[in-house]
Amino acid sequence: MEYSNLRRQAAYMKKSLFDQGYLDEQFYQLEELQDDVSPNFVEEVVTLFFRDSARLISNIEQALDKCPQEFSKLNAYVHQLKGSSSSIGASRVKNECTLFRQYCDEENLEGCLKSFQKMKREHAVLRQKLESYFQLLRQVGPAEKATRPSM
Amino acid sequence: MENLSASSRTEAFPVGLRVLVVDDDPTWLKILEKMLRKCSYEVTTCGLARFALEMLRERKDHFDIVISDVNMPDMDGFKLLEHVGLEMDLPVIMMSIDGETSRVMKGVQHGACDYLLKPVRMKELKNIWQHVYRKKMQEVKEIEGHDINEDIQIRNEFEDFEDRHVLNGTDMNSMRKRKDVDNKEHADQEFTDPATVKKARVVWSVDLHQKFVNAVNQIGFDKVGPKKILDLMNVPGLTRENVASHLQKYRLYLSRLQKQNEGRNFGGNMQSDFSSKDVTANFDLHSSTQMQQNGASSKYIYTNQKIPAQVIVPDGCADDFKNVVSLQVMDSKQALLSDVSDSQKVNSVSQLGVLLSFKEMMPIVDMKPLEPAISRHQSWNGGIPVMQFMQYPKHNHKRCSLLEDYSCLPKPDQEHQVFADHVHTPPSVISVTCNTEDDMCSVSELKPVHTNQKSSHIKPISPVPFMTNPVSVQVDSGLSNTQDYSGLSNTQDFGATCGKDGSTNQKDHYNDQTCSGWIPPPLQLSLTNETDLVSLPEQLQLCSLQGIGCFENVGLNNMEIFQYNDSTSAIEVHGNWYDSLEFNCDYLYDSADYPIVDECLFA
Repeated sequence: MEYSNLRRQAAYMKKSLFDQGYLDEQFYQLEELQDDVSPNFVEEVVTLFFRDSARLISNIEQALDKCPQEFSKLNAYVHQLKGSSSSIGASRVKNECTLFRQYCDEENLEGCLKSFQKMKREHAVLRQKLESYFQLLRQVGPAEKATRPSM
Repeated sequence: MENLSASSRTEAFPVGLRVLVVDDDPTWLKILEKMLRKCSYEVTTCGLARFALEMLRERKDHFDIVISDVNMPDMDGFKLLEHVGLEMDLPVIMMSIDGETSRVMKGVQHGACDYLLKPVRMKELKNIWQHVYRKKMQEVKEIEGHDINEDIQIRNEFEDFEDRHVLNGTDMNSMRKRKDVDNKEHADQEFTDPATVKKARVVWSVDLHQKFVNAVNQIGFDKVGPKKILDLMNVPGLTRENVASHLQKYRLYLSRLQKQNEGRNFGGNMQSDFSSKDVTANFDLHSSTQMQQNGASSKYIYTNQKIPAQVIVPDGCADDFKNVVSLQVMDSKQALLSDVSDSQKVNSVSQLGVLLSFKEMMPIVDMKPLEPAISRHQSWNGGIPVMQFMQYPKHNHKRCSLLEDYSCLPKPDQEHQVFADHVHTPPSVISVTCNTEDDMCSVSELKPVHTNQKSSHIKPISPVPFMTNPVSVQVDSGLSNTQDYSGLSNTQDFGATCGKDGSTNQKDHYNDQTCSGWIPPPLQLSLTNETDLVSLPEQLQLCSLQGIGCFENVGLNNMEIFQYNDSTSAIEVHGNWYDSLEFNCDYLYDSADYPIVDECLFA
């Protein structure tokens, strides 16, 4: 009973992540790739993404801190982050990256800084949401296995 | 895995495609790796473009295709693309998060064979093998013109002929000439019409195909994959795609064979008798001649040289031909497929009889509805030879059991000889026809021969005579009695008894015996029929050898006749047949002796 509740909760969380535009279709793709060979594939990928994106964000931060800014370099970093966020379907982060790159092209430092802050926020929120989501899933996961035979 | 190979009809080819993925983004690297593995590809991932380039330089033969991200910190993806294109000439797929036209264009300009946008989807990756395939095709085309290996003849063919393999006989010179001509033509074509798509093809020569079949057998038919075969074959210049497509055809061929319920006479004689004339019309004739010749040579040690046998292999038939060859090879390995046992049977026999089989094959392979002429052919070809050793399914209902017996035979290789004896019989019949014709005997008489055989075959002719006669045993086994055996299901004995020895004995008998007794047999009715039938083939052989000149005139006509005359009663036939023999010259006499021998034994 409790498990099914958790499961429903997890499903709800995921749905809201989609509804609020945090995630896009790519996340489903990841879920489809998950199989018996790699049963935790989605979580592994997401974990990998956050580890790597943290590195990218710090790169961007350093580039922004530099004075004068090398916008092309900055642009490249942001581009990297954009590509990376597309891997798990982190669509809000990705969209912010797109905006960010426009500012880079315009060499609009103010826009860049603003965009960077927003992007970091999106990134952090998504991380937190996904962490709790996977935590929920981990609780549900074993329960599923336990209950399946009796059903 | 399974669906993949099933969906793409290239068999296993895309499976195991070796992909190198280069992306500085570890997340994407992980996802791509997973996706590609799901496509049944072999995946190597690399996070640094420089490292990827090193790896490619060291082991460029370890990869079929490269997928690379465009934006990488250590090296621009386009640069990598350029290097890979120049140094290893591997197909490279670029991918990037943004699809600005200028970027994509740059990729294409640098030689990317594809440009994927992130997020990359499974369905796109599933399809990337096509780039490898395309590249290989181009390569083959480029290589073409150089003889990499004697075994591999590569020529350009237009799409129309895509599925035709040109048979390259032993006559390499003519082949080369032809090839040159083709090259020129193609070159011209290229300039005038760049749109024309040309296909490069490996011509599966006999030797090459034999290697192929050997490899298949070695691996085991269930486990074969193009790559394994390729490795085993170890033929420079041959690509996995070549092997894959050939394997596919080979499988199709086998399955077709399976479907075909009729036993077929396959020839495996790939020796030097082929020249490349393009006279299709005469094809049948020639082939029969050759058959005959072979049979004679193997059995009686007559000189082949006397008879210049010409086998004409029209392009269209090339495929079939090859198939035939393959069969032959197969047999040496014993049955690959139990179902194909027919063909196998035939094969073992076939060392001698390429041509006949060839004809038969044509209709099958082409899948055309049989034209009347062809069908006649078939009946003709198939009918006679099969009856001899195979128990032609049409007539023989016990074929299956026979086949099994055959398969029990210890060594196919050894048996070749034995079978051979039987094999030539059919041709000999043909030759007989020729002689008769020459001698002005009526065609109908010839027919009778055929009929006799058939009828004898069909009837469960008395096993009694054979069994009872201890003396006769050897002779029988050697030659003609296959039919009887089949009926009796004594095949095993047959196999054991028959051999070179058997044939030799026969030969001796042959020579020693006088013609004195030969007339009586025809008079003897049902029981004798058997003997006659049996004996006939051999006689025919002799005749044919001597009367080779006549062959040329014999062709489709005869075959037609054969069919029509089936209805003739056995007795009548015999009478006619013998009469005709009488009319004929000395060699006929010799042939006559043969039956006599049998007769005596039986009597």
